[in-house]
Amino acid sequence: MTAPTLLLLCVLIPLLGGVFLALQGKSPNTRDTISLVTGVALFAAVLGLYPAVLAGESPLLILAEPIKGLPISLQVEPLGLLFATVASGLWILTTIYGMGYMRGNKETHQTRFFLCFAISIAAAMGIAFAGNLFTLFLFYEMLTICTYPLVTHKGNEDARRGGRIYLGILMFTSIGFLLFATLWTYNLAGTLDFRAGGILQDHVTPTTALILLTLFAFGTGKAALMPFHRWLPAAMVAPTPVSALLHAVAVVKAGVFTILKVTIYIFGIDLIAETGAGEIALWVATFTLTVASLVALTKNNLKARLAYSTIGQLSYVVVGAMLANAAGIIGATMQIAMHAMGKITLFFCAGAIYVATHKTDISDMRGLGYKMPFTFAAFFIGSISIIGLPPMGGSWAKWHLLLGSIEATQWIIVGALLLSSLLNIAYLIPVAARAFYMTPEQKAAPGPIAEAPMLCVVPLCITASGTLLLFIFGDALNHLVTLIPLRAELP
Amino acid sequence: MSNQLPAIVLLLTLLAAPLCSMMRNGDHAWKLAVSSAWLSVVAAFALLQQVWGGYEISYHMGGWPPPWGIEVRIDELSALVLVLVTLFGSIVLSALRESLRPIMRSHRHSLYYTTFLLCMASLIGITITGDAFNVFVFLEISSLSTYALIARGRDRRALTASFRYLIMGTIGATFILIAIGFIYMVTGTLNMADLAERLPAHADNRVVQASFAFFTIGIALKVAVFPLHYWLPNSYTYAPKATTAFLAATATKVSLYVMIRFVFDVYGIEFSFQQMQLGLLLVPLSIAGFLIASLTAVFQNDVKRLLAWSSVAQLSYMVLGLGLLNIDGLTASITHMFNHAMIKAGLFLALAAMIYRVESSKLSDLAGIGRTMPYTTAAFVILGLGLIGVPLTAGFVSKWYLISAALEKDWLWLAVLLIASSLMAVVYIGKIIDAAYFKPVSASHAQVKEVPPIILIPCWTFALLTIYFGIDTRLSAGLAGRVAQTLLGVGS
Repeated sequence: MTAPTLLLLCVLIPLLGGVFLALQGKSPNTRDTISLVTGVALFAAVLGLYPAVLAGESPLLILAEPIKGLPISLQVEPLGLLFATVASGLWILTTIYGMGYMRGNKETHQTRFFLCFAISIAAAMGIAFAGNLFTLFLFYEMLTICTYPLVTHKGNEDARRGGRIYLGILMFTSIGFLLFATLWTYNLAGTLDFRAGGILQDHVTPTTALILLTLFAFGTGKAALMPFHRWLPAAMVAPTPVSALLHAVAVVKAGVFTILKVTIYIFGIDLIAETGAGEIALWVATFTLTVASLVALTKNNLKARLAYSTIGQLSYVVVGAMLANAAGIIGATMQIAMHAMGKITLFFCAGAIYVATHKTDISDMRGLGYKMPFTFAAFFIGSISIIGLPPMGGSWAKWHLLLGSIEATQWIIVGALLLSSLLNIAYLIPVAARAFYMTPEQKAAPGPIAEAPMLCVVPLCITASGTLLLFIFGDALNHLVTLIPLRAELP
Repeated sequence: MSNQLPAIVLLLTLLAAPLCSMMRNGDHAWKLAVSSAWLSVVAAFALLQQVWGGYEISYHMGGWPPPWGIEVRIDELSALVLVLVTLFGSIVLSALRESLRPIMRSHRHSLYYTTFLLCMASLIGITITGDAFNVFVFLEISSLSTYALIARGRDRRALTASFRYLIMGTIGATFILIAIGFIYMVTGTLNMADLAERLPAHADNRVVQASFAFFTIGIALKVAVFPLHYWLPNSYTYAPKATTAFLAATATKVSLYVMIRFVFDVYGIEFSFQQMQLGLLLVPLSIAGFLIASLTAVFQNDVKRLLAWSSVAQLSYMVLGLGLLNIDGLTASITHMFNHAMIKAGLFLALAAMIYRVESSKLSDLAGIGRTMPYTTAAFVILGLGLIGVPLTAGFVSKWYLISAALEKDWLWLAVLLIASSLMAVVYIGKIIDAAYFKPVSASHAQVKEVPPIILIPCWTFALLTIYFGIDTRLSAGLAGRVAQTLLGVGS
């Protein structure tokens, strides 16, 4: 199969899977089989793109051209491929996990749930492989809209309020800022194609560049820069598999991915470095990553704490992008993959705890580690990776980000990154640690091991070991990341 | 046969109208009306195909050559408007029979179809004629039939709304008549192509300038340019359900077409925009128009009225596109004319379907309708997204061009205002979606059922067209771009 066909398949497979899901009856077994087959097929299609990318090609496929000079096109490049791999790979695990979770919790409307899920993944693939900013915007909006029913899945007052904040902030920022910035870029550069070295060179003054990049940073509401971060905690009313895949991986990563794409392929890191266009976004992100960690400390609800942790970790990517040097970009890109693997583990654990014990508050989890040893061990491993300590994958990302900020001689940011790591330890480690210290009563009568269903526990063990593997095979990832063309090739 | 098409496309509906009036049986009249309307759609598409690519057809009525006889002139722009009127009119007409049932006894139906067909025929006439006086005549026919259509509303207030429209509309039409009279006085011709040739020589003549002023005010009334939009919200609110869909789709759009025709072709772009500085009038008024109308729409609790106000805002976008006077602006204007006709017709039709069952268009009465009438509401949501201008819908394409036009002028503030207005659209459409899906169904409406397919299919046709024209824009934006270049006199 040729690469353009594979590209199209990557978007079509989840969509078709979704349609099949909607068409078949109420049998949960058939439905889960379809979900799983779709997931595996998608992952295979994404992997099929690797030979072309490793050979340095970037196949292009034009789907339609609604506005002259602005085609809807798909194109693969290393950064997008990495995002697609992460999202599609973790989708398989989430599907398995989702089966256990949704059945364990006896959730209703499961068909609608899996249908919207499938469309969301299709949108995420579209974002990953968007050939220009216009296409990316299309899929970005699609992702917002089709995740909305997932957020409001429970249908109660809380879910509706969360859904309203979710849609309100994401729509407001994307139409108000992102669309505006996109139009402006088109007006300045005459194109929206993603090109190595950027398309804005020679078209902008430093002030325009600064305003434009700031608009992009805030307009990408999915990157959750403060003060547009509120939707992420609000979205935590969704069932845990949604929080795990979408609000730790697909949706939020789509946000920071967009920012990375814009910095690398629309502005070009040289332009940002010369004009200082990233200044505002850089400091807002630094502020966000520090403050979000502080807020996380105060949250007793586990999912809320993880949500704020996600807000902070996303800002690492934005910082890396705005540093506008090679090490920063490498760090940011790695952070996408590393944080995805780590955070999905943590969310899986939170969901497993909920399924097994219906507990959501951290203060109630004392001693649970003995009841659910695998879950909490995985939680501990995931935490280490998020914090960025060896021997877990997260350390590579943090390492390169630190290198990048030293290279840019941003000592304050070096300090902020280190401080944030300390804060990460402070809000993540106690969760796992307390679980292994029993209260006197629990000591008196230790209960039997009562883990969540196997379908929940196995995926989280896989992702936890995944963080370890990412550390060991960090070099392979590094190789892919260095393929990202940061500058236009000299003719 | 095919070279008689310009006459056929008009005569089909014009002749079917009196035939309908003679029928006692409403069903038979409906069948006749629908088949003649759909035949005119075929004719319209055939004409579009003939002029596709920038050709023109000149047809002499009765074989009399212009400037003595009446000339029918069809270029790409008029063919597009022709398709708009016939196609969207026919789709609405197809749904009309079912939605008339509750408001009128069936032997009256045939008269209603007669008025409808007359209105459609006159709009077709305005679109294709090459004769300035003819434009006035058809404009009058369309206005008179519109008054009758609106006055048939179930609510007694339809009468006052119709009367108000009658007064405003007559003033507008009189102004247009005066304008045409003035230029006839100066040039001695009524043929539009002829006028276009002769008028530049009289550009400094006060009479021509006065005629331009009369024309601008007259047509602005018909287009409902802010602040002359006063008649529109009430007329749309109280007119019978499905009729609003037809009026919203066609009447104001055809008036806009007349405006484009006269301002750019008859009076000429140099006269209109450089000598008379039309842009200075249109741009501020339309900006005020879309801001105020969008804001008003946000605070409406009756969905019909909300959509009517949104129409005022959307019409302001189109007028703004004209006033900006660059290719993107004019493309946006023409594209949006087509797209908005489709979207608003669909929205009003879907709303008509809801009213058909719920018998109210209050937001509070539509609570939970997403559950009781899922298919209608889904179509409404798609069309609503189109109205906001969400990507992959037709509305996005026209908004894109409009904002590009503002940026091309380096008017960042205007782009910001346009986006702000779009956000207001998010709010008012969001209000409806919120009520439809997230409010509990009230007990009195718990038994509401989905409407019959004969209404549902037209709604979905509009919804699917909205998506189609968001992806394939050769017919809308592609054609509009060519027309814009011709109108502005820029070589491609």
